[in-house]
Amino acid sequence: MLDGKFLDRHAKVLFPLPAVLFTLALMVFPVLYTLWVSFTNWNLASGLPPRFVWFKSYATVFAEPRFWGAFVRTLYFTGIAVAAETVLGVVWALVLNREFVGKRTIKAMMLLPLVATPVAIGIAWTLFYEPTIGIANWALKLFGLQGSRWIADPDFVLPALAIIDVWQWTPLIALITLAGLAGLSQEPYESARVDGANGWQIFWHITLPMVAPAVLTAVLLRSIDALKTFDIIYSTTQGGPGFASETLNIYSYNLSFNYFRLGQAAASLVFLFALVLSFSALVARLRRRLGL
Amino acid sequence: MKKILVAALLVAVAVSMVGAQGTVRVLLANHPYAEVLKTLVPEFEKTYGIKVNVESYDENQLSSKLMTEFATRMSTVDVFMTRPLQEGKLMYLNGWYENLSPYLKDSKKTPKDFDFADFAQSAVGASTYAKNQYAIPLVTEWEVLYYRTDLFAAAGLKPPTTLAELEAAAKKLTDPSKEQYGIVSRGQRGANVTQFSSYLYAFGGDFLKDGKAVFNTPAALEAFKYYGRILKNYGPPGVTGMSWAQGLALFQAGKVAMWTDASVFLGQARDPSKSVVADKVGVAAFPAGPKANKPYFVTSWAMAIAKQSRNKETAYKFLTWATSKEVLKKAMVDKGLTVARNSPWADPAVLALFDKQLAATATATIPLATGYDRPLMTAVGEARDAIGEVIVAAIESGGTADLTAQANAAVKKVNELLDAAGELGK
Repeated sequence: MLDGKFLDRHAKVLFPLPAVLFTLALMVFPVLYTLWVSFTNWNLASGLPPRFVWFKSYATVFAEPRFWGAFVRTLYFTGIAVAAETVLGVVWALVLNREFVGKRTIKAMMLLPLVATPVAIGIAWTLFYEPTIGIANWALKLFGLQGSRWIADPDFVLPALAIIDVWQWTPLIALITLAGLAGLSQEPYESARVDGANGWQIFWHITLPMVAPAVLTAVLLRSIDALKTFDIIYSTTQGGPGFASETLNIYSYNLSFNYFRLGQAAASLVFLFALVLSFSALVARLRRRLGL
Repeated sequence: MKKILVAALLVAVAVSMVGAQGTVRVLLANHPYAEVLKTLVPEFEKTYGIKVNVESYDENQLSSKLMTEFATRMSTVDVFMTRPLQEGKLMYLNGWYENLSPYLKDSKKTPKDFDFADFAQSAVGASTYAKNQYAIPLVTEWEVLYYRTDLFAAAGLKPPTTLAELEAAAKKLTDPSKEQYGIVSRGQRGANVTQFSSYLYAFGGDFLKDGKAVFNTPAALEAFKYYGRILKNYGPPGVTGMSWAQGLALFQAGKVAMWTDASVFLGQARDPSKSVVADKVGVAAFPAGPKANKPYFVTSWAMAIAKQSRNKETAYKFLTWATSKEVLKKAMVDKGLTVARNSPWADPAVLALFDKQLAATATATIPLATGYDRPLMTAVGEARDAIGEVIVAAIESGGTADLTAQANAAVKKVNELLDAAGELGK
């Protein structure tokens, strides 16, 4: 049966089949399964089998102040991290967009934070931030500044975590922007210079609008990732001190793996999923609106 | 030629099947006991012809990993380390522990020299449900005070025997300009509850009484405030992010004069390859409080067989070996661990090698001890987070804030958890 003719006739089905199966098994199924669990009251601490309860798990989760605290912190963390990464990344890309000695080495080194293992990064930064024996405070004292408690300070833990995120992901934005800059046509620059535009005007009116699609793509990618940040937070503070750095992902993790309230954890994750999805849709619309 | 190949293949299949039957998957915690066990595993493999696949995890990851495997019914775990006080009820309730009583009663399965009666009665009780045994106890732990002998001598101080003395010593030995702090103990939400427990009991407080949360009594609030005060004023910055690993690191780095935590860390505190103060470490019994002197003394770890295991006989062989007199004796001698068997404690050869100071703290603690270091309930993880948050608030404010509202909220939360599990008032 599996002769050449069969393959020929069904090639258009057979060739994409592995990809379709892969997508179904590893992407669609987990999402649907999570959705199903979110409609149950599955709780391992009860010792009972899961029961279908419609939106009860959602109601329970939405009634918890901790959930909304985590929601606000997720947005706050994403906001400050991505904003700082975008500004620094674009500036960095502009610097790298000229020719200078050692440029290739620097570009290669920029990749290092991107390929480092997140948990190793978390452990290293935990040591940097240690108020007594860490190098962050040692460096501050070198400049005569007062030491901070960094991730041990409930009011500063999210910015401190955002600094780690910025350290790790600014290169990504810089590299994408750099790729965008490399593809720009030189003609508008020449005409601008002929018309007597200064450097700032050229940047603001020519470079930025032309490279905006690339930057926006980078921001979209980073925001989606930042909303879902787990590894860096879990490997440094586990959501602490207290709950001061508990984001939605960490909260859901606690719900499932520490409290074993699987139905409610799934509900919280479906909410996060919807949040990320609607954010992406919003950016896509924004792009169309701006004609980018 | 073909026949030879087929024969060879059959032999290979047969060998691999034997291999499969003689394999156990063992999940261990990152604990000194596991370190001892891992060095002995090759010996076990050689003697019994059983292949042992060992995995080790941090205690919380271990729990999560086990629960996930068991809950999805896809587990291939055979034997695992388990915390009776943390997850025992949950595991039992979900039917994830294999009932060991039938094995223990079967003289064909249990080695003659295993001697289950040799285990301390209180330790055995921690894993007994409905008169059946679900795990074999490994080690016991109690809270102790580690202190720097050199700093105490220089300041003319003796190790504190009361919490008032402890506070005075902490104050005297704190000098932030030299990065020298009086005391450290766990501040991290959740992790902090167990080491706070001895302080709580010392002030006359408790977690639960008659199946209801009671850690909002005036006595308990005093304990929260005391703990917050000493750690904020005389502790290193950032205590609220610290569990045992950070406390140990600071103590090893010579930055703190005192450290209250579980008794199992003495070996690491005195390890010259890790500690700059290795030869200056003393250990004392947990100080008495204004109301009571009854620090915790618990069976921190036990070992169990997974109900879903497909090679329970082999698993039981491994279990009885890993909890045998020889192995536990070695853990006691090599790592200074206090094992749950009675016989090593009666062996002069073992005691001669065991730290005298640490043994003295055990002798002092056992008669007065409280048998738990956390609320005994099914949803203990979530309850620890709720109580832990009050401790964090106490430390943040240095014990000056009015914690009544926070303690009340945590009490309400814990009562809800008890209610959800059908344990309220029981």
